[in-house]
Amino acid sequence: MNYVIIGNSAAAIGCVEALRSSDPAGIITLISSEPHHTYSRPLISYLLQGKTDEERMKYRPDDFYQTNHVCAKLGCTVTKIDAKNQKVMTDSGETIAYSKLLIATGSRPFVPPMEGLETVKKQFHFMTLDDAKALEKALGPDQKVLIVGAGLIGLKCAEGILHRVQSVHVVDLADRILPSILDAEAAPRVQKHLEEAGVSFTLGASVKKFKANEAHLTNGEKVPFDIVVLAVGVRPNVELAKEAGCAVGRGIVVDENSKTTVANIYAAGDCTETVNAATGKTQVMALLPNAYLQGEAAGRAMTGGRDGFSTAIPENAIGFFGLHLITAGNYEGEADLVEDTETCYKKLFVKDGRLVGYMLIGDVHRAGIYTDLIRKKTPLASLDYDMLRKEPQLLAFSRTARDAMLAKSH
Amino acid sequence: MKRIYVNEDWCLGCHLCEYYCTFANSGLESMAYALKGKPLSPRIQVEEEGEIHFAVSCRHCDNPVCVKSCITGALSVEDNVIHCDTNKCVGCYTCIMACPYGCIMPATSGVIQKCELCTNNAHQKPLCVQGCPNEAIVFEER
Repeated sequence: MNYVIIGNSAAAIGCVEALRSSDPAGIITLISSEPHHTYSRPLISYLLQGKTDEERMKYRPDDFYQTNHVCAKLGCTVTKIDAKNQKVMTDSGETIAYSKLLIATGSRPFVPPMEGLETVKKQFHFMTLDDAKALEKALGPDQKVLIVGAGLIGLKCAEGILHRVQSVHVVDLADRILPSILDAEAAPRVQKHLEEAGVSFTLGASVKKFKANEAHLTNGEKVPFDIVVLAVGVRPNVELAKEAGCAVGRGIVVDENSKTTVANIYAAGDCTETVNAATGKTQVMALLPNAYLQGEAAGRAMTGGRDGFSTAIPENAIGFFGLHLITAGNYEGEADLVEDTETCYKKLFVKDGRLVGYMLIGDVHRAGIYTDLIRKKTPLASLDYDMLRKEPQLLAFSRTARDAMLAKSH
Repeated sequence: MKRIYVNEDWCLGCHLCEYYCTFANSGLESMAYALKGKPLSPRIQVEEEGEIHFAVSCRHCDNPVCVKSCITGALSVEDNVIHCDTNKCVGCYTCIMACPYGCIMPATSGVIQKCELCTNNAHQKPLCVQGCPNEAIVFEER
């Protein structure tokens, strides 16, 4: 067997590990545009913050490719997939044949048109290690930074660089920060915490134009800056798949075994669209745990396995300046505001007798017990919901369920 | 592989396992020095209400969703034990979000901590099990 993997992040690594658990002999070729050993993308903000370094950012040990007998072509870009003849072509002129192919090409920054953006000399994205290193070179105590986008990437960037610059101002068109994971009630709590740390915000407005070192916003405000970080959003890298004939919606269309619509081509991670198990709807869920699990499902399927990955849900664990938040699922159904105190905010969402989502800010301990209920669609009638809503705890489960968890091997 | 299993009916709710766990992972030789005047920070926790008591610690799952979800690669499986490289961990708590049993917890150092069956300390065998007075937790093959 000749396995070819395009990509070198969570989905690609998940695929390698699954392949090697059932096929020690097949040839694995991994091709990645980035020249680096596999590293954790979400750690780039921690790198600038000084909480990690390039060595510790490695997603797998130095001998990973060697131990798993992977031929890693790093700094090499696939330019075309020839699905008919089962080959990929690279920018170095190589042609590599595959029996099974994984497309794990990830996503890239989306930049909406903004007048005068081309005149901004110090502008950066914040997705890759190279982005972070380029931004780091521009940082300095006299630098004013404008971050466009108050999502996960923009705010983690703000946290990572705040102590190294004069100021950080964040602008977002949405009326609240982290609009994809927090509702209008929860977001101001986190915003207040970020403001107390020193980050300032303009919400409900976007940049109309950049003029010299000033951003003119749609609400009339003028924000001076030296550096601009563009963190508006990301778009899946679907072009290779599309040209190869794979069906593409917002992302590459895959089934629960990560199979695309073209024979012997699989796709996983941020470049795909997946069924959200909490809603049944298809969406792009660009999240690291889901990417790994999808990549792993692809690896299993390539070696004849059939137990796919069908429990993808939106889920985020993130912290800013010591404040932790964990959210999962979706916020449809009945909201149950369990706690709203100085130190903790907790809201659960229940629909059709099942937990479908939650937001925890501050106290996040044992959150996975809630996550698992969402993934497994456990009927709340089978446990003590009053007990569970107060604390995620195994006491809320039936004795039989508990014995299965604690007295049996799994 | 040997794991820690819970005999719920035998648990007295004495919480000794939590004390032994804190001691085992303190790096100190004396239990008194390890515990006196310090908050407990066990990797095993007793849940209880009324007559029901039981201790919960990492199940060392065959299909560990915490390891697969870990964004840094700090969590890994070594000889069937789920291990955390605290030097790599940044304390994002993705594993806390993922663990279905609520067995991974924040550590006072800012990263996470979890039961590693005492393979990560001087005791090498689970000290909670050795200290349990009623065999409510056992370390065996099942």
